[in-house]
Amino acid sequence: MTTLAANKPAYDGTTLDLTGKSGGRAFRNTLATVLIILCFLIALVPLLWILWTVISKGYNLLLDGSWWSESQRGITVRRVGGGAYHAIMGTLIMSLICAVIAVPIAIFGAVYLVEYGKGTRAAKVVSFMIDILTGVPSIVAALFIYAVWITILGLNRVGFAVSLALVLLMLPVVLRSTEEMLKLVPDELREASYALGVPKWKTILKVVVPTAFGGIVTGVMLGLARVMGETAPLLILVGYSKNINLNPFDGFMGALPTMINQDRTELALQPAADRVWAAALTLILLVMLLNILARLVARFSTIKSK
Amino acid sequence: MAKRIEVSGLNVYYGDFKAVEDVSMTIEPRSVTAFIGPSGCGKSTYLRTLNRMHEVLPGARVEGKVVLDEQDLYAPGIDPVAVRRVVGMVFQRPNPFPTMSIFDNVASGLKLNGVKDKKKLTEVVERSLHGANLWNEVKDRLEKPGAGLSGGQQQRLCIARAIAVEPEVILMDEPCSALDPISTLAIEDLIEKLKDKFTVVIVTHNMQQAARVSDQTAFFNLAATGKPGRLIEMGATKQIFSNPTEKATEDYITGRFG
Repeated sequence: MTTLAANKPAYDGTTLDLTGKSGGRAFRNTLATVLIILCFLIALVPLLWILWTVISKGYNLLLDGSWWSESQRGITVRRVGGGAYHAIMGTLIMSLICAVIAVPIAIFGAVYLVEYGKGTRAAKVVSFMIDILTGVPSIVAALFIYAVWITILGLNRVGFAVSLALVLLMLPVVLRSTEEMLKLVPDELREASYALGVPKWKTILKVVVPTAFGGIVTGVMLGLARVMGETAPLLILVGYSKNINLNPFDGFMGALPTMINQDRTELALQPAADRVWAAALTLILLVMLLNILARLVARFSTIKSK
Repeated sequence: MAKRIEVSGLNVYYGDFKAVEDVSMTIEPRSVTAFIGPSGCGKSTYLRTLNRMHEVLPGARVEGKVVLDEQDLYAPGIDPVAVRRVVGMVFQRPNPFPTMSIFDNVASGLKLNGVKDKKKLTEVVERSLHGANLWNEVKDRLEKPGAGLSGGQQQRLCIARAIAVEPEVILMDEPCSALDPISTLAIEDLIEKLKDKFTVVIVTHNMQQAARVSDQTAFFNLAATGKPGRLIEMGATKQIFSNPTEKATEDYITGRFG
């Protein structure tokens, strides 16, 4: 102790300089800040550009009630009029059937991976397969269903076949996000439930899943948003119909992406071009609407804090 | 209510690692038994074997006997879920269910096991919250989320949740280590009260706490890092703290340890 005190230099009368950053560091700080803001703005440009283009060119038709209630039956590319009802319903029907099939499988799969299979070989295999499925392009999924549904089973091109292809695309998205959400639920909650003499399955059903519910819903929405805009399965597995067809097991069906694709071929003609933009805007609105809806569901199903 | 626990020749493993070796002890009913010892000596691990909570971790297993009410908890055919209904647990960090209200948190043990009778639930919730010295603080906001309470209140909520299912034994794994002194005092008062009805076993790092609340004290220690923890000595709390038989116990309680 005494030696330490002895070695300590006496106060030399100068003050420490605590005022400023050194010039180099200040410069690097500014540079990094500017770069980050710049990157953010660059990322924002295409988003705003797309939104602006689609809204400004598409909003006009959406204001017309017939857009929401009529089909394109008998409307040629040169003619004004008609609506997107057939396509909106087609998109909704096909994606909802897809969700009804994919969401339970995805959630059960995620529950298996997180709660039961942890560390087992089976879980590793499933996890690896899901990773592969995530990377499968939509056209490959569509061709696979084509091979099964039409080549092997000899069935017709119908909306349901599209739904099946969409399941392959939606499943990995929802499963992965659900898995992440379940992993976030602390083990303490599971143990608290076990300690009350609650069986494992009930713990998962009543404690783990409700705790992760908001996140699971968000994952489902992300999956839905992805499949609603898919075009390849529609082109391959169901023809585009300008008429209203609400039966996914019979006949061609309209859908927003294929409606865009149809009118896109005559983009030089104003009526067709208008419909392309309007259909694009409708698709964006649809996804947004579902998102808002899901958020409301998630909010009202969990208890408010404070 | 309240049962004696007799443990004999208990070894606890995590995979190949033996965490606790050869523990035998008797835990008296309607009393508070405290486990003390340095970190990593296996006292929490051992506590978790008393309600078969240890085995929820992958690779964890147990050898030996834990006899409660003349039944070996580790005998074949014994359902761990049924064991945990009889031996409740309170954890180190308060862990109320975040999706549930205060009422539902306390009622959760009954509700999740199928009790639907609203009148009975209300009764049990009120009694349990009284039992956990929390009723006066929360009676006007039972429908608010349990996670909105302070840390000490949350821990008492967890105790209320544990006693709502009317177990015989309550295990507490360092229940005060995340709490401030005032909340700690509230919990200690509560433990004193709980022993009228339950057999209470508490793991604590705080020797004053063990001295204050417990009737029996068990001292755990390990020979070296990587070696299994062992029960060194167990006896009446007064005797352990004033006149321990073992040198290691004396060193630990007088702070000369390590």
